[in-house]
Amino acid sequence: MSGIIGKKLGMTSIYNEEDGKVIPCTLIQAGPCVVTQLRTTETDGYTAVQLGFGEKKEKNTNNSLIGHFKKADTTPKAKVVEFKDFSQKVVLGQILTATDLFSEGDIVNAVGTSKGKGFQGVVKRYNFGGVGMQTHGQHNRQRHPGSIGSCSFPSRVFKGLRMAGRMGSDRVKIQNLKVLKLIPEKNLLIISGSLPGSNNSYVLLQK
Amino acid sequence: MNPLLKEIYNLYSEKRATLPSFSSGDTVVVHVKIKEGAKERIQQYQGVVVQRRNPNTNGETFTVRKNSNGIHVERIFPILSPSIDKIEVIRKGSVRRARLFYLRDARGKAARIKEKIGK
Repeated sequence: MSGIIGKKLGMTSIYNEEDGKVIPCTLIQAGPCVVTQLRTTETDGYTAVQLGFGEKKEKNTNNSLIGHFKKADTTPKAKVVEFKDFSQKVVLGQILTATDLFSEGDIVNAVGTSKGKGFQGVVKRYNFGGVGMQTHGQHNRQRHPGSIGSCSFPSRVFKGLRMAGRMGSDRVKIQNLKVLKLIPEKNLLIISGSLPGSNNSYVLLQK
Repeated sequence: MNPLLKEIYNLYSEKRATLPSFSSGDTVVVHVKIKEGAKERIQQYQGVVVQRRNPNTNGETFTVRKNSNGIHVERIFPILSPSIDKIEVIRKGSVRRARLFYLRDARGKAARIKEKIGK
């Protein structure tokens, strides 16, 4: 696996020149990323590549991280992510751009944090049907979950039963997205479909 | 909106420059490419522009209303779509609003649009 850290900039659409159809797409600032650390089996027990993306002020960085970035001979980075079993050969301090990893037509996976929805009921959170009827003696419980189990046996509610609660802000991976276009000068990628999270949130692109 | 999104809009700037300027109330002829098997032909669709949506973005569309054999039809075209061969403006209309949905309920004289004369 290889990958890069990016920033979701927003959605728009482009046209398929062959069949004339509109393709919804997302614009991503993909890189440039710096290799900030190399994890090896000898020292860490696994192999991975740590990448840093986005600038951060030195006064907002703690001393241990400043030292960490100095080892890689770079400025402090805002987002640092490890990619396990990186398929590309890299060295410490190397700068990775979108063109190093991706080309037009590639299939990629995207990982991000979905938008937080707050405390939500079961109808929105788990697509429960609700009660279904508003009349025929129905009281004011149209969007409720209904029964949550039997009575004297088992005398408890089963673990993991789907109920209302916090929704969103989850790590979400979306697979098999197509790289539609690459703008190398500005490290911009146009990817088909939507990505998790709000605009200006970080996404990981994996290949 | 992120200013870098303009980069994507610029991919179509050449095509956008070739489009005629028109707005709601104008009568246009849209030349639509239609594929029938391996053959491609061009069909003309003439009517009144009812609205333009999401202007200056890639997703910009316009709606054209026409009377087809006694039945009114509204068709939505993406303005940058490759399946549009060209757009001809044949009459400028003088209207007071951007979205002419009142045409759907208007009958007879009320459904006419005055021609824009002058500058």
